[in-house]
This record gives sequence, structure tokens and C-alpha cells, in this order.
Amino acid sequence: MPVTITIPAPLRQFAGGQSQITVEAKTAGEALDLLTSTHSALRRHLFNEQNALRNFVNVYLNDEDIRHASGPATPLKDGDTIMIVPSIAGGAVIESEVAQTLPELSNEEILRYSRHLIMPEVGMQGQRRLKAASVLMVGTGGLGAPVGMYLAAAGVGRIGIVDFDVVEESNLQRQIIHGTKDLGRRKIESARDRLRDINPHIEIETHETRLTSQNAMQLFRNYDVVVDGTDNFPTRYLVNDACVLSGKPNVYGSIFRFEGQASVFWAEKGACYRCLYPEPPPPGLVPSCAEGGVLGVLPGIVGAIQANETIKIILGAEGLMINRLLLFDAWTMKFREFKLRKDPKCPVCGEQPTITALIDYEEFCGMAAHQAPQPDARLEEISATELNARRLRGDKLQIIDVREPHEFEIARIPGTKLIPLGHVVSRMNEIDPESETIVHCKGGVRSAKAIQALKRAGFPGRLINLKGGITAWSEDVDPRVAKY
Amino acid sequence: MISITEALLNEIREHGVRDYPYECCGLLLGRFRAEGKSVTETYAISNAREESAKRNRFLIEPAELMRGERYARERDLEVVGFYHSHPDSPAVPSQYDLEHAWPTYSYIIVSTTADRAGDLFSWEQEPDRSQFNPEEILKIL
Repeated sequence: MPVTITIPAPLRQFAGGQSQITVEAKTAGEALDLLTSTHSALRRHLFNEQNALRNFVNVYLNDEDIRHASGPATPLKDGDTIMIVPSIAGGAVIESEVAQTLPELSNEEILRYSRHLIMPEVGMQGQRRLKAASVLMVGTGGLGAPVGMYLAAAGVGRIGIVDFDVVEESNLQRQIIHGTKDLGRRKIESARDRLRDINPHIEIETHETRLTSQNAMQLFRNYDVVVDGTDNFPTRYLVNDACVLSGKPNVYGSIFRFEGQASVFWAEKGACYRCLYPEPPPPGLVPSCAEGGVLGVLPGIVGAIQANETIKIILGAEGLMINRLLLFDAWTMKFREFKLRKDPKCPVCGEQPTITALIDYEEFCGMAAHQAPQPDARLEEISATELNARRLRGDKLQIIDVREPHEFEIARIPGTKLIPLGHVVSRMNEIDPESETIVHCKGGVRSAKAIQALKRAGFPGRLINLKGGITAWSEDVDPRVAKY
Repeated sequence: MISITEALLNEIREHGVRDYPYECCGLLLGRFRAEGKSVTETYAISNAREESAKRNRFLIEPAELMRGERYARERDLEVVGFYHSHPDSPAVPSQYDLEHAWPTYSYIIVSTTADRAGDLFSWEQEPDRSQFNPEEILKIL
């Protein structure tokens, strides 16, 4: 039966330049066989080595794809038209241009990241992006621990860590990047070893320094993303401002007791930390984790969220936590989310920024607090050893412990009376003004506040603050008293 | 070389902006001549990619291409190439484009944003499929 085969333009050069060829055949397969026996160069363009039609070639019999009919066995009628139709597809350069410069994955890496690779959202391209990416972690504490471990495991090619601390016993309840064997080691070294153990294919850069206004811009410049794992306001504002000024996304997390916060502050795309909190709270109003405590697993959860967002930023994912503040309560197990808005008046990322270079953040966080208790020059202090000596001499002293009852349960200095800070004024009458009074807490901050409150309330007796609190007592006088 | 009128180029640009943030695609209909290709009509095609991939992918269903081929033949024209847009990215072919293209055809790519079309270039694949070469666009009135 004579049928007409139409040849698409790109293949005509292999068919003697003809656009239509007439053959006599009973089936579509036979027609193609005849065509390609006359024009053998055409065969390798239409069929693969297994003699099947290539998947970017479609053969239509009249209006129907022969794959949907009986394939090559599809019967032909007189006057049928067979059309060879190439598949046409394409796509933007977004991936490909990057692709040419992205590092390749070794077979070992392909195996390691296979659970990522089989998801189209990551794929080879995404995994290579992770390999090409660099992330700077500020702090290797509670938040930095899961952030670093997950980013290393995920194959982020270069991870920088900034810390100047050493590993202490009280860190290990939550900073799972460090172990008991690391006690006393530099945190950056302990963290580096742990990350290397998790993934030897990545580069780890250690920066043993405190992050300062002098070094932040220099450090941030070399990384794609900055993850804030700090535990204090001056550094948090410093990280924010340096990110805004250098155009880097700031993956934020913070924790206190049972509550955590997370967000992505990226000034080019949304609010920054200052849009949310233009000024720090007065010093001392928000206690640190060392004073207020923190549930060990909390930074695990918040840090994992930060790692998640960091990976999404690198992959170019949608649904980032930009302009969104996540609040998490581990005690009630509730997540809440607030919308954030970029503040056009924001001093650092607004329309007319007043902060165009890094400032003194210690000063900023101290000065901005107008109601902050000023350090009292008249505050009388005593060291733990001195106090011990006076007690041994038999001086008449009373010691008031202003910590909380549950802290009193952990450790106490013998012969002391417990009056928590919140009750110290209302229970003032329990303190004998005739005798000298030593006031102590865990580290000396709350006891200083207690003394101020008592003085303001008109307590007539002599009040002396124990420098360094019960911690100093344990270190300098009696190691049997537990440190916490 | 490909010759095409400014009016048709504007149609391509407008299609690109209309479909932003997705990729648009269509056929270039005309004739193969000794001195190059000439385009006399464009033929818009709906992007067959699923929603999520449309932003940086286009796919012309063979059935649609066949309809376009047939439409062309009725007018004594041929498919001489394809056009598509690159939303928020340059008008240069990607690796993906290279892998899914054919020699001989012209590939016009237009870079688009939400409100305007940017660069527009035409590309032709090397016969051994190794790379794209820029193709001169001869604008005619």
C-alpha cells in the first residue's frame, strides 16, 4: 500500500534532502524499515541500538502516535500519512549555567547522598549546589551543634565555624557536637573533628575568634549563608547588621528555657532582625540560658530548623521563612507563626539607613537600655575565699541566697537562708539589719539586683555581694558544692 | 541566518511577558531557503509542562507539534524552528536546551521579566549536537 512519510527538517539531510518519501508497506514498522534501508544514515537517528524508536522521536500515523496503536505492527491503509515528529523541549539557563561551574560528585558521594539525589527537588543539580555552597556558623553551641552536623551530613561543601570557647561539662546537656572526651578542648577543634567524622568530603574552616565589628565583614564575605547560633544580643545585632551590609541571608534561631524562635532574615527579600526588634532589651531583663536554663533538646529542634532553611536557601527552594517568625514552645509542644514586615524606617535595611557600617554593639546594647540598672559604685563585694576566712574567724554574718528553690536543691552553701530574688523585698523583715548580710546567687548578678532592690526599699543594714556567687564558692572554697 | 519581521519578534516578546513567570513556547513557521530561513508566521503552543516545572522548562507535545506541522503544510510552510522564553534569566541556551534540541532548526530565546521582554537571540545547534551557535537575525519590515 503506498503511504507517504514526511521527514522533519533536521533529518532531511539524511534522506537525500527530501521532505516526503512514498513507500509501499503493510505496517508502520515495515514502512520505516523500507525508508531506512534506502537511507541508512537515517536509521541511527530514529532507532537506538536495541532497535527501538528513540524516545525523542515520535511516529504518527495520521493523527495517532503509533506507540498508542500497535507500535511498528500498526497496519497501514492506502493513502495513509506517516509523520516523523521530533520531541521539542528546553529550559532556562537557571540550572545549566550554574551547572557548568558546579563541582562534580564522585561515585562515593553519589552513594552517600542517594536519598537526596532521588528527590527531584534536590537531584544531582541540587546536590552539586550544596557541594558548591559555603556556610558560616557563628557559634558551635546548642544551636550550632545540630546546624553543623546536618549541614555537614547534607554535603555542604565548605563550612566555617566561629567560636572562642572551650567545651565545659555544662555544655554537654545540649551541645551534642561535643562529647565527654572533648572537655577542656577548644570548641572549634572538637566541632571540626565531629564534622569531619560525619563527612570527610567537605571542607571545614575554623575561626578561633570572637566575632567583632572589626572582623565580621571580612569573615562573612567568604560565605554564601550565615547561620546565627549566638546567645547574646550584641552578637545577634552584629550578625544581623553585617549580613545586611554584605547582602547575605541570616538564618536566625534563638532559645530560652522551653521556647525557641527561628526565621530567615534576608534584607534583599524581606525583614531583617532590626525590623523585628529595632532595639535590644535592657541588659539583664532577658536572662541568658546560663541564668534561666534551657531544655537540652530545644536547640536541637530550633537548630534543625535553621539547617533546614539553610539547605533550602542553597537549593533555591520556595517557602523560605522570609518575613515569617516561628515561635516554638517545647513544653506545650506548639508552633506558632507570625508575619513579619520589612520596616521602611529600619535603621540598617530601610529606605534611608542610618547604620551604614558596623558599630560598637556592646555599647549599643548597653546604651539603648535606659532603665538598665547602672553598675553601682557603692556595691560592696566580698570574694568567696574572704567570706570563708571570715566565717572561720567566727565573724557574725548572715548569708542570704536569692536563687530559686530548685537551684537551692542542686547545690547550696551551708548555713544560708533562701529568699528568692522575687520575694526579697516582701520578706525583708526576715533579714536581720543588725548583722552584716552577704547576698549570693549563682554568679553574682541576681544578688547585686537583690541588694539594689533592698536598698531602694529602705533596708537599713549592711549588704555585701558575693563575687562570682556559689560558682566561685565551689571553685575557690569547697569543690564538694556542685557547679551547674 | 534567519529573517523575520519586527512585528513577529514583538509577538514572541509579548507571548513571553504574557506567560511570565512561566516559560512560553511556540513554533516558527516559514521556509528553508539556500540563504537561510525565513519566518512568516509564529504559532503559539501551550506549555505542556506540569505547573511546578513551567518556570524553567517547556515541552511541546508531539501531538501539538504535529498539528503545527500540518497547519504549516496547509499553508505551504514548514516548521523552521522554535521559540521559548527564559523568565528572569539570560537569552542563552541551557544545557537542557542543548540536550533536547535538533540541528537545522532555529531556536529563538527571549529573556523575560514580569513587565518586559529583554534580550532576544536566535541559536542554531552544531550538526554534531555539541553546542549552540548564535544565529544572525535579519530583521525585515
